[in-house]
Amino acid sequence: MATSFIVNGKPSSTDAPPATPLLWVLREGLKLTGTKFGCGTGLCGACMVHIDGKRAFSCQTQMSEVAGKSVTTIEGLSENSSHPVQKAWLAERVPQCGYCQSGQIMSAADLLKHNPKPTRDQIVEHMSANICRCGTYQRIVRAVERAAREA
Amino acid sequence: MTHNIQFSPNTTSRPAFSRRQVMIGAVGLSFAFAFARHDLARATAVAAARTGKEMSPWVSIAPDGTITIMSPATEMGQGSLTSLPLIIAEELDADWSQVRVVPAPPVEAIYGNPGFGGMMYTAGSNAVTSYFKPLRIFGAQVRRVLLENAATKFGVPVDELTTEPSVAVHAKSGRRLAYAEIAAFATVPDKAPEIAPEQLKKPGAFRLIGKDVMRVELPMKVNGGAHYSIDQQVPGMLYGAVIRAPVEGSAPDRINDAKAKAVPGVIGIVKLPYGVGVLAETAWAAFAARQALEIGWTRQGQAWGFESEKGIEAFAAAARDPNAKATEWSKLGDARAEMPKAASAIEAEYRCDYAYHAQMEPLNATASVTDGAAEIWCGTQSQTMAVEAVAKALGIPREKVKLHDMLLGGGFGRRGHRDEEFIIDAVLLAKEAQRPVKVMWTREDDVHNGRQRPMSAHFLKAGFDASGKLTAWQHRVAGDRVTSYVDPVRFQKAGKDFILMLGTDLKGYDVPHQLIEQIYQDAGVRTSPLRGIGFTANKFATESFIDEIARKRDADPLKFRLDLMKNSPRAVKVVERVAEMAKWGKPRDGRGLGLAFIDYSGSQVAGIAEISLDRRSGEIRVHNFWCTIDCGIAVQPDNVVAQTESSIVYGLGMSLLERITIKDGAVEQSNFYDYRVPRMNDVPMMHVEVIATDNHPTGVGQMATPLVAPAIASAVAGLTGARLRHTPFTPDRVLKALG
Repeated sequence: MATSFIVNGKPSSTDAPPATPLLWVLREGLKLTGTKFGCGTGLCGACMVHIDGKRAFSCQTQMSEVAGKSVTTIEGLSENSSHPVQKAWLAERVPQCGYCQSGQIMSAADLLKHNPKPTRDQIVEHMSANICRCGTYQRIVRAVERAAREA
Repeated sequence: MTHNIQFSPNTTSRPAFSRRQVMIGAVGLSFAFAFARHDLARATAVAAARTGKEMSPWVSIAPDGTITIMSPATEMGQGSLTSLPLIIAEELDADWSQVRVVPAPPVEAIYGNPGFGGMMYTAGSNAVTSYFKPLRIFGAQVRRVLLENAATKFGVPVDELTTEPSVAVHAKSGRRLAYAEIAAFATVPDKAPEIAPEQLKKPGAFRLIGKDVMRVELPMKVNGGAHYSIDQQVPGMLYGAVIRAPVEGSAPDRINDAKAKAVPGVIGIVKLPYGVGVLAETAWAAFAARQALEIGWTRQGQAWGFESEKGIEAFAAAARDPNAKATEWSKLGDARAEMPKAASAIEAEYRCDYAYHAQMEPLNATASVTDGAAEIWCGTQSQTMAVEAVAKALGIPREKVKLHDMLLGGGFGRRGHRDEEFIIDAVLLAKEAQRPVKVMWTREDDVHNGRQRPMSAHFLKAGFDASGKLTAWQHRVAGDRVTSYVDPVRFQKAGKDFILMLGTDLKGYDVPHQLIEQIYQDAGVRTSPLRGIGFTANKFATESFIDEIARKRDADPLKFRLDLMKNSPRAVKVVERVAEMAKWGKPRDGRGLGLAFIDYSGSQVAGIAEISLDRRSGEIRVHNFWCTIDCGIAVQPDNVVAQTESSIVYGLGMSLLERITIKDGAVEQSNFYDYRVPRMNDVPMMHVEVIATDNHPTGVGQMATPLVAPAIASAVAGLTGARLRHTPFTPDRVLKALG
């Protein structure tokens, strides 16, 4: 049974079994590999996407839940890396290995969408859903603050 | 867009490099060296394949001014993909905005790391250290060839020419020639010109080194464009998953695969020497079938029956036992003779648990095996080990292994084992399937098959003369062997277990008599270098002991250290400066300060932790961490800061949270719920200062990691008088120490 949904503004459909996590349909089916597999249990945030405008762990979201909804991945966040969060990420030289950063950026974009001027504590609370093993946290805080300032 | 930036010789049957070409390369810089054609379609904006005239094995110059520079190290977040080519560009005087970086192919004779006996191996934070001098020479040689060609063209003596970025300049006549123009007509000599060290740039003339440039792959890391091996897809590819034996040396002896085979999309179940593999049409089917497998294991292998909770007690007893068989690691003076003569002595014990790398990208590889040849896509810390391990597993010559080395989603020492077992998973399944296979480990696989930072117990004794001077030092480490497991080849050459033992020395401190010994423990647990290697455990022991000695003698731990390091001015400087930054000595309400210093392979680092402690729960909170680092010439200063912040966070996890336990030989933890790593709400404010000097550059990728545990333990001692002796400092251990 095919599941129809919207990815980065375009209609899409998959015949993956309804219990398949969105993550694997995005990565292996649609070749949107910016969304990463980290833990498969909603603990690290490497798989973070937006579903109907709110952040969601794509490894914890089955295709049956995505039907008819709109999914945004890192590839669809902006044209040419022009989202204020992406610009701030480069200005603050955040990424190291970079593997978690798509998820971090999707989490940060979600925060600023719903809370354009977050306090430092709010940033820390929100962003603690995402793990960065390279420990880029201090720069992530700076980048979110910069994005809030420059957006 | 992909990051499939590897050099891709367009070849089907013949090897990319003939033996003769490699031999020519071996004598040094060979301008006769010819590369096979490469696959332009795979090139990317940041790392286009080599184009233009080959000026050397390292540098090509295209008519449009693009300068392609080879990068011999793998990129796992540490920045070598930028910093090594930058060193060539500096002496070449290249316009950095026109430089493109291409990963070098696995040709050790040309691109091998001089710090690892010529292997292509990125580890030990030594890429810049080891490649710095040769890369400067290689850059300067190409610049000289360009200038000699320009001089001939102008009809002027070569020493009248200077360079500006990518331009040769004859100031007298006002004539200029861009490098691209010169390359178009240049004659490249058979033998590279000699460059004497004094002909290299003086640090004051650097245009790139010591300035911060954007790391070449960073723009792709904010838009999903960066390509890791887990992102690889190959036409006709299957997906694989593997269950490995819980204990090294064990094998499957009972396989019930009925449920696994019933999963839609499953193609086959494959028995492997060390486990069981699944082949499936989709990733999700492979994982589902993997979950459905029921396997029994032989009880072969050393670790069966081993329990880390009991094991640590046995390790500690061995460290403490003066009659336990010990292997001498290092000595200075004669501690055996001097210790009994000491007017007074202090003893102490410290312990460290197993820990897991937790690189964010679960291990994976893609392989295609056909007709006596293999093609692999992987993220490895060693191109050499990757091609050799695959060749060995398949019984084919290494020239038949085509390697695509990709970006690594974290390394931390996990991806540089001689057997490269996660690549072999893909190779064996691809051979069986006769189709390309991508094997991905789940996070649970990654934890269960983890290769641990070894568990260790430390016994230390310090002897003092009648005036109270520290004269004799003994340190006995009982820990799992690491080097012999990770890399038997290097272990045989070195004859010592350096991965376990490095960091036991007291570099920076003047203690005339020292004896350091290893008491081998063979629990059979899989072990590995892990960021900070032996330093993390050993400096926890030595720096804690120094701190303990100071506090027991009512000395200020800062002053006590400074008194011991009078002959190490670089050490004094980092310690004095970090104390200044943290306002050491300024009392603060309810918070403690603790200090640590390390000479880590030449890099001088000092750190101060500011902590508070919840006496009811036993939880430690680190509020601030100040850190100074003198790594000699800082090639990319902001990256030095970034790597140091990163090392501190990693050290924080090792100090407070991260703990692997072993039960009946197997890892007990599974995922980030029972193996907690630092999150944003765990980390302190970090204040890092780079103290740049003109010394030869030394490492920056892990130097601060081992500072954190002793600094926190020192702070807790200062605040409460209690001494923490066992990392990680879990709340129960803290409560026990508080009494």
